[in-house]
Amino acid sequence: MERIPILRMGNCLIVAIQVDMHDRLAIALQDDLTERIVKDKAKGVLIDISALDVVDSFIGRMISNTAAMATVLDAETVVVGMQPSVAITLVELGLTLSGVSTALNVEKGMALLQQRRR
Amino acid sequence: MMHVGDVTETLAAEVGLRSDEEIVRLRQIVRDHAIAQGFSLVDQTKFVTAASELARNTLQYGGGGDARLSKLTNGVRVGLRLRFVDRGPGIADIERALRDGFTSGGGLGLGLGGARRLCDEFEIQSEPGKGTVVSITKWKLR
Repeated sequence: MERIPILRMGNCLIVAIQVDMHDRLAIALQDDLTERIVKDKAKGVLIDISALDVVDSFIGRMISNTAAMATVLDAETVVVGMQPSVAITLVELGLTLSGVSTALNVEKGMALLQQRRR
Repeated sequence: MMHVGDVTETLAAEVGLRSDEEIVRLRQIVRDHAIAQGFSLVDQTKFVTAASELARNTLQYGGGGDARLSKLTNGVRVGLRLRFVDRGPGIADIERALRDGFTSGGGLGLGLGGARRLCDEFEIQSEPGKGTVVSITKWKLR
């Protein structure tokens, strides 16, 4: 099965979602990320969704769950690059991604992770 | 082509919904037609997201089915209508199913109510034991 690649930089894991994910792929990513947090002893997870033009409740839930699991495993999650039209749609859909930190882009997201870990 | 009142409806695409991958395919087809109809980026995204929610319902609760996308015009405005048909167990209490947070499948329970909020028109017909038809419509803002 295809997989979304996870990169490691220092003690952070970085994921850039570049494809329109089907549901099984989203679940696989969630599983892979939690496994890698433990294996790589990661303290931060950065998920770039700037290439996603749709985030529905399933993908939204995957993002929230990943952030919650990361917290339990002593890592922080930042979601970066959400398109404005996606943000508007998510809120209208009723999904607020509470508990998920966000930043406008990768650079700001990495800064946020580093600053929290100091 | 079909005329109801002053609305002309032309079938644009038909997509079977039997796997996760077909939900992705439907999203792409709906996006392409929303662009072709001249929808704004926000309206494209809203309609595609609603389509994704309802397609998942058709697959998860209806045991698979079909989505039919039509182009609409009433002479002044243009729009898109998407109809989901399944022959699953149906919904016993539609009012309850439309409420946010209600789920029988372990999801967030935002599918039906959320899809309704993202569109201009929303219709649902369901008969226990026979299946469900959900129809959503979005008009292009002038």
